[in-house]
Amino acid sequence: MMPALTLRNVVVALLLLMLFLVPVYAAVIGNNFVLSLFTRIVILAMAATSLNLIMGYGGMVSFGHAAYLGIGGYVVGILAYEGILSGFLQWPLALLVSALIAFVIGLLSLRTRGVYFIMITLAFAQMIYYVGVSLNRYGADDGLTIYRRSQFGDLINLSNKTVFYYLCLVLLLASIYLVWRLVNSRFGMAIQGARSNDRRMHAIGFPTFRYRLTCFVIAGTICGLAGVLLANHTDFISPAVMHWTRSGDLIVMVVLGGMGSLFGPLIGTVAFLALEEWLSGITEYWQIIFGPLLLAIVLFARGGIDGLLAGIRRD
Amino acid sequence: MTDALLRVDGLTKRFGGVIASEGVALEVANGELHAIIGPNGAGKTTLIGQLTGEIAPDSGRVHFAGQDITTLPTYRRSAIGMARSFQITSLFLDMTVLDNVALAVQAHSGHSFRFWTPARSETRLREPARAALARVGLGDRENVVVRDMSHGEHRQIEIAMALATRPRLLLLDEPMAGMGPEESARLVNLLRELKKEYTILLIEHDMEAVFALADRISVLVYGRVIATGAPATIRVNPEVIQAYLGEQQVAGHG
Repeated sequence: MMPALTLRNVVVALLLLMLFLVPVYAAVIGNNFVLSLFTRIVILAMAATSLNLIMGYGGMVSFGHAAYLGIGGYVVGILAYEGILSGFLQWPLALLVSALIAFVIGLLSLRTRGVYFIMITLAFAQMIYYVGVSLNRYGADDGLTIYRRSQFGDLINLSNKTVFYYLCLVLLLASIYLVWRLVNSRFGMAIQGARSNDRRMHAIGFPTFRYRLTCFVIAGTICGLAGVLLANHTDFISPAVMHWTRSGDLIVMVVLGGMGSLFGPLIGTVAFLALEEWLSGITEYWQIIFGPLLLAIVLFARGGIDGLLAGIRRD
Repeated sequence: MTDALLRVDGLTKRFGGVIASEGVALEVANGELHAIIGPNGAGKTTLIGQLTGEIAPDSGRVHFAGQDITTLPTYRRSAIGMARSFQITSLFLDMTVLDNVALAVQAHSGHSFRFWTPARSETRLREPARAALARVGLGDRENVVVRDMSHGEHRQIEIAMALATRPRLLLLDEPMAGMGPEESARLVNLLRELKKEYTILLIEHDMEAVFALADRISVLVYGRVIATGAPATIRVNPEVIQAYLGEQQVAGHG
């Protein structure tokens, strides 16, 4: 099926093209900072994409999603510190731990709704944050330097910045593809039904809790993978990654780009980090400009930037 | 009655000092259309809540098809053949009509831990949903987003969703609520057709519709069933006339 030539599709296509060309651009101008910035954007876009799965499609507004960034990162960091460098061990273990923690958090918090759900996910994330702070062996709140990135033998060398960037980009696109498959499957219909009207779902015969919990675990696992990438990118992990304001940033990225839209989180993350970069270059108090801008998007474009783009059709 | 599909015994529910159901006994026979009438505050909503499993009774039992379902969760009741419509429209407003009804089909077509195949291209979800929509007269509206439709159409979707679960018993909670006379008349015709295939428990305010459709009527007042019987006997029951019908003079309807 050929995607229609709408403004939104053109923008998404151009954005993807740009992301593919970033290393080329960075090489031409000989500026590593651009590559580093965009690696960060791509990784956080992956985290935002996973948050969008539960928040945008599932109606589960988690205010503790950054916890999984830390969990994925700490598994890599701690294993590396203890001398286990193999990515074949580090990565699956990081995903497993993320999934298990998401399962426990989901099991307890998905019994609540609305503001209570927001608060309880925040509380869990804070608990995990303080666990990170108390890890004296692993740097406590100063964090832990990761001296060697995950080793994959001859398969792939993560220390090569261009290779690492493309790996992140491929994994981001794979997550977006996964979310696309999920939300259109029977599972996805059940998830969206539960967001739209949970009472009706029960009346027509759906035990929605198990589907919502599964969705919560999938999102936590994808975000855990983003955490693995982030730790490898910064060669460092600290509790700051899990601070509640980081969870807030992820929510802002999703809302800014467009909740319940496939490419919304990517658009939102690019917009968020680009604005942050640009505005903080103008003034130290960049949030004074960023805040009202965000407010305007939320008030006047309820579907975020993606909704704004989709509203203006070219055909 | 031995072939009762739904049997309710001594159902009691209190909310603080208010008795919403007091020893409610009710039998819905296979194949009948049983109506429940009662003034506002009679406990109709609480009763249907207990039948669907959304409200747990303080005491009493609910049997469905010979099985004690008193503590069965709502979704399991749907699985064994109880379907309901809501008094206040309760749909997936942000989805299309067909997606709404297809979800009802999906609920009864195995588990939904299927993560890969697009659900909208599954014929065995879409075709039964289309059939249910055609049944209620919405066959040509399948791709409209529910939010954009009229109240009358919402009421029709309510029934289509109940039908799509292939129920043995239809619990219709005031299906005519808020409908104009013309829409109501059309719905009465539809119910008359459905009556031939389904056992129906109808809770309804529209007296004309109830007396035209029901095989038997139970009258609920202050949480108690004060009378059950054929429309002709209910119409002349002095207690009913006094407690509920009063000045409405239902006896005059025909």
